[in-house]
Amino acid sequence: MATTAVATPERENYLNKEYGITSWLFTTDHKRIALLYLITITFFFFIGGFFALLIRLELLTPEGDLLLADTYNKMFTMHGQVMIFFFLIPAVPAVLGNFLIPIMIGAKDLAFPRINLLSWYLLAIGGCLMIYTILSGGVDTGWTFYTPLSTHFLDTHVIAAALAIFIAGFSSILTGLNFIVTIHRMRAPGMTWARLPLFVWANYATSIIQVLGTPVLAITLMMVAMERIFNLGIFNPQLGGDPLLFQHLFWFYSHPAVYIMILPGMGVVSEIVTCFSHKRIFGYKAMALAVIAIAVLGFLVWAHHMFVAGISLYAAMVFSLLSYFVAVPSAIKVFNWTSTMFKGSVSYATPMLYAFGFIGLFTMGGLTGLFLAALGIDVHVTDTYFVVAHFHYIMVGGMVMAYLGGMHFWWPKISGRMYPEFWGRLAAMIIFIGFNLTFFPQFVLGYLGMPRRYWQYSPEFQVLNVLSTAGATILAVGYLLPMVYFLWSMRYGKPAPDNPWNAAGLEWKISSPPSTFNFDETPIVTWEAYNYDEIPQEVPVGR
Amino acid sequence: MSAHIPTKKFLVTVWVSLICLTVLTAAVSYLELGPFNIVLALVIATCKMLLVALFFMGVKYISDKMTIVVIVAGLFWLFILLALSMTDYVSRPWV
Amino acid sequence: MADSPPAIATHNPDLQHHFATMEQQTEAAVMGMWVFLITEIMFFGGMFAGYMIYRFMYYQAWLEGSQHMDFWWGTINTVVLLCSSLTMAAAVRATQLGLRKSTVTLLGITILFGLAFLGIKAIEYYGHIVTDHQFPGPGFRFEGANPSQVEMFFSFYFAMTGFHALHMLIGVGLVAFIAYHAWKGRYGAHYYTPVENVGLYWHFVDIIWIYLYPLFYLISHIHRK
Repeated sequence: MATTAVATPERENYLNKEYGITSWLFTTDHKRIALLYLITITFFFFIGGFFALLIRLELLTPEGDLLLADTYNKMFTMHGQVMIFFFLIPAVPAVLGNFLIPIMIGAKDLAFPRINLLSWYLLAIGGCLMIYTILSGGVDTGWTFYTPLSTHFLDTHVIAAALAIFIAGFSSILTGLNFIVTIHRMRAPGMTWARLPLFVWANYATSIIQVLGTPVLAITLMMVAMERIFNLGIFNPQLGGDPLLFQHLFWFYSHPAVYIMILPGMGVVSEIVTCFSHKRIFGYKAMALAVIAIAVLGFLVWAHHMFVAGISLYAAMVFSLLSYFVAVPSAIKVFNWTSTMFKGSVSYATPMLYAFGFIGLFTMGGLTGLFLAALGIDVHVTDTYFVVAHFHYIMVGGMVMAYLGGMHFWWPKISGRMYPEFWGRLAAMIIFIGFNLTFFPQFVLGYLGMPRRYWQYSPEFQVLNVLSTAGATILAVGYLLPMVYFLWSMRYGKPAPDNPWNAAGLEWKISSPPSTFNFDETPIVTWEAYNYDEIPQEVPVGR
Repeated sequence: MSAHIPTKKFLVTVWVSLICLTVLTAAVSYLELGPFNIVLALVIATCKMLLVALFFMGVKYISDKMTIVVIVAGLFWLFILLALSMTDYVSRPWV
Repeated sequence: MADSPPAIATHNPDLQHHFATMEQQTEAAVMGMWVFLITEIMFFGGMFAGYMIYRFMYYQAWLEGSQHMDFWWGTINTVVLLCSSLTMAAAVRATQLGLRKSTVTLLGITILFGLAFLGIKAIEYYGHIVTDHQFPGPGFRFEGANPSQVEMFFSFYFAMTGFHALHMLIGVGLVAFIAYHAWKGRYGAHYYTPVENVGLYWHFVDIIWIYLYPLFYLISHIHRK
């Protein structure tokens, strides 16, 4: 593919069409909104990471010597709330989904561009409220807000935090609504459901969860706020309330929420694996149905977070069984990615390294979820570092790697520049090593009995904790590298061709970066998805 | 757009049915039927809901199947929330 | 699905640029509204779940609490909302037929019914809160068995009818907004989607009340107030 010399005048695209802060803050262009989201979630990633740093520093020594106990509670609470609601949940859908979905289906924009902008403003406003909460002392309820601790026994800024998340929740709901209507109604001629990229299917399934689950979180947080303000007793056992009712309502959303976080990542991995195996995905239909199955089944398992909380044994057995079912479609996906690579023409650019990382680490995280779903094992390891390791393997080893893989894969399209491939691969390796060093010891710690959310611990756990903190430091370096070189590439990176990876998909047929309305003419799709047998493979740019 | 436009008479007929059902449910509430009070009340409420949804909201005339799927999915999800949480509360005394 | 983009010559001025045809735009808008309504089903659903669970646990207290509801005001309010749904549906019909004056009048009457509902709720709330001290919290007073369980009933009463009333208030605002634009001649047979969508919202809020009424007012066969 030809590279253009930097001196020639730049073609008009969505980035240079208009300049000035108002052209960004009042844009309705889905691609610009995606970048607004990128800035916001990156900012919150740093904040969440900062809290993680303080947690790991405290845990270097068994004594609670760096922070007060209450302060430590605030650290893990804020780390969780910021990372989940202001980074993970928006990350792939609001950045990559917003940018790519209209292009992938052949549309000029999402169905409701102004609601898209409103979604970003809601996240930003919720974020400001979260910053306010942090600056005025933070919240120490745990990200799970369990009652009656959060409603009756704390005088920290619970309502502010709940409100921040409530507002951010509406951002999520509106994004989901927008995606659902867009995918149903805005597909180009010939773009049937069976020809959609799996990234679109994954975001569609995610949107179903966002739309059906988030409202329950919203009302639950409202009830916590009302309980605090009016001194009600809905969740207070002293007044006849049931704390478990809160947990049921909370986890009804928060379990599907983890699928909101992982499904888009799975969509990204499907795109990357097909491209860098230069082969059609194995089992397209199964992959599409699997994400829908995960979305639906994910709503039936929430009480597996409550096995030791006091639910009835029979209910626990039902939820345990259902939790095993939800693992099946995930496993199907892992097998299909692997089968796609089999006899494919595999190359190892940075996105593919992240995809490999995802497949391995997500599998480990997912399998340990099965351990937790078994009642007998759960009694032993629940509320220990085993759980912490489990979900970090999926959310960080899985989701964050998928997000970074997607950012690298589509960076040429988004920015019109290539990132430096050497640094990309180096960062991926550093992240992989740092991640495993941080979180694998935590599986062992949990199994050995170290409880989570404790600010001091028994001295025999120190070595593993030190390893974990060392890993976290390496991981932090790994995360900083892409920030630096992505920014660097916007000025000094090699201008990107339209299709640097020889990938299939409508987004690779338009220019890098795209023009404001994406397509000069509405495409008419006559080919199947992932038609790699029709795309000649050249040596991809970036060695 | 080829939308269905109801006649004034039809809308009023639906409204009259709704009022009758309201009077019925209010009257029946004075009877002592034990556990059937709530069953009857919810059945009547559901009939009213269907009248409003099908005829005032036009669900009966929606040609697009996906919108129907959306509506049914929403109701089914509410059912999941109610039914599965109740499994815990109903079975607690069994242990 | 989408047609190829038509010749631009004479297209509907309300057609937004990213849609190919007016039909696509209208279908998207209506579908979007329904998706929003199911989020509202789940939003209220959380409270319905709580109501159901506590009714299961504290049935006697639910009976007791229901006997202290304003049966007549509640029934009148139900009728008021059903009338408002009629006028709202008629208003949508009038817009589809291009009858500007009827549209504005019917929307106006809908607003009046909505305000009447809210006014009656205010009367009820005043009675419960000020006269009978039935607002949960430190000021709650109840002579009878299991006061904290009856207090729970009232927590749900205020939470659920309170959120419903909030949605009514927003609904009145929305109807006023489109009534103004209808008066300005913005809508007609060629473009009435906003009226249709506000109608959907209004009917949905009515449906919530259709369930709240028996769940709070008709539990017991004794109606003391």
